[in-house]
Amino acid sequence: MNITEKEVLAVANLARLKLDPAEVSSMTEQLDRILGYVAKLNEINTDGVEATSHAQAVTNAFREDELKESLPRSEALANAPKRNEEAFIVPRVI
Amino acid sequence: MNLSALSIHELNSLLAQKKTSSIEITKAVFDRISSKEEKVNAYITLDQEAALLQAEKADKRLGEKDAGSLCGIPFSIKDVLCTRGLRTTAGSKILEPFIPPYNATVIEKLKNAGAVILGKVSMDEFAMGSANENCAYGTPKNPWNTDYICGGSSGGSAASVAADECIASLGSDTGGSIRQPASHCSVVGLKPTYGRVSRFGLIAFASSLDQIGPMTKDVEDCALVLNAISGYDPKDSTSVKKDIPDFRSSLTDGLQGMMVGIPREYFGEGLDPEVKQAVMASIDKLKDAGAQTCEVSLPHTEYGVAAYYIIAPAEASSNLARFDGVRYGKREMDAESLIDMYKESRSAGFGDEVKRRIIIGTYALSSGYYDAYYKKASQVRTLIMDDYKKAFSQCDILVSPVTPTPAWKIGEKSHDPLSIYLSDMLTIPANLAGIPAMSVPCAISKLGLPIGFQIQASHFNEEALIKAAHNLEQRLDMVNKKPNI
Repeated sequence: MNITEKEVLAVANLARLKLDPAEVSSMTEQLDRILGYVAKLNEINTDGVEATSHAQAVTNAFREDELKESLPRSEALANAPKRNEEAFIVPRVI
Repeated sequence: MNLSALSIHELNSLLAQKKTSSIEITKAVFDRISSKEEKVNAYITLDQEAALLQAEKADKRLGEKDAGSLCGIPFSIKDVLCTRGLRTTAGSKILEPFIPPYNATVIEKLKNAGAVILGKVSMDEFAMGSANENCAYGTPKNPWNTDYICGGSSGGSAASVAADECIASLGSDTGGSIRQPASHCSVVGLKPTYGRVSRFGLIAFASSLDQIGPMTKDVEDCALVLNAISGYDPKDSTSVKKDIPDFRSSLTDGLQGMMVGIPREYFGEGLDPEVKQAVMASIDKLKDAGAQTCEVSLPHTEYGVAAYYIIAPAEASSNLARFDGVRYGKREMDAESLIDMYKESRSAGFGDEVKRRIIIGTYALSSGYYDAYYKKASQVRTLIMDDYKKAFSQCDILVSPVTPTPAWKIGEKSHDPLSIYLSDMLTIPANLAGIPAMSVPCAISKLGLPIGFQIQASHFNEEALIKAAHNLEQRLDMVNKKPNI
């Protein structure tokens, strides 16, 4: 086994996903196969090989800190499932 | 005359001679959509009223000097690109009510060029898939045979171009999502170099791999659309400041002096004999055009899929954290705590494949596994890039199949995610390396399904792709082959 149901549940919690028991079981089986396949990478010796996170060597892109027009608040809020005139509304946090 | 079947450049000359108008073209395309859409199911959202207004504006502008080659031309847009005021779902239930307050940079560029936006086309949810079977709004059908997949994730783009339900389209490609459906539907699709086209307003899947590109009826149209969408954008810090050539200048006859590399690893086990034969015959056409060929090796090709299915889900798990039911999209209203609200909204809003990839990605990035998975995959990515560097010191372009087989039947592989992942093994390496790659129609199989020809080139050498593709197109009778839908 590359991954257990318990691990899938723990990772789902980190990813803020709720899985029902049937999903946990099928997900575990599929992930087990996928991770089994991915283990193929261990066939390659990568000692001393640098990791690439980006295909283009673009260094930090800086810009001047200038005031620019931004999205009006009403438009920024317009897609929120719950809002008032000035903020997104979420369930009570504290 | 059937206007919807014409290419951009053909319509350009009719418009210039005032033999038609953008209104007339746009109406013809909507007529085509209303007669074929029931079979094809390419669109998620249509916007006829706004499209006709855009066409009217384009007609006013057509007489003026600044009217470029896209002025008045109707486009379908993959539903992953934000369009101001026009619903953008990314093929997901979680974004069902989302109306973007801004345009993606590529949309802004198309609009400034006078293009007409017909609506938004189907895709695998958040661009995750190769069959377009993961769309919350139904699966588009392959116009060549509606029992078959049209490919994915830009399946709606490919199907709408092939069925003449638009003149051209924009797709996005993270592991082959432009080239693979282009190949399955017999249209031209190009994934530009990473950084050539701004990703601002593209709903992100895997940010280090995603690129937006043209899907068109022929190579000349591809050059025209690439001209319009390329360029540095301060809103995308990964876009590259680089001169943009006029890609039309690569539409020249003859390939004298071009060295064509044939990568051994792309012709291995599992390659359908008909696909192989079609690709070899196309290579002969490139030789007829004056190109020379050599065999090259990209020894790490077989590790591309494994590296990709760590890197892409890792990036996706982070990118998709933004869909939490707070600022946009759907929320489960009954949840009492904030964490429950996140969990309920995400679990109800995401489909199975998206959940699967978020979980793989979260797992690969979690503490204790990071080195074994993400770091390892990123090192293999370096080796894949090194392979390309070596290959491109021996040749100008690499040619191969796009996919090992033609399209498969809808439903045939949907129970087996891994077998679908493996079908992308010939397209994924280009994304990992950030190089440009293209699919050009090259044959129709005995079953009547299209086969594509893949061309890859080094960073920012789209010109070589277009030149080779144009020469192949000129020597094959593929442009006039249309599905009988």
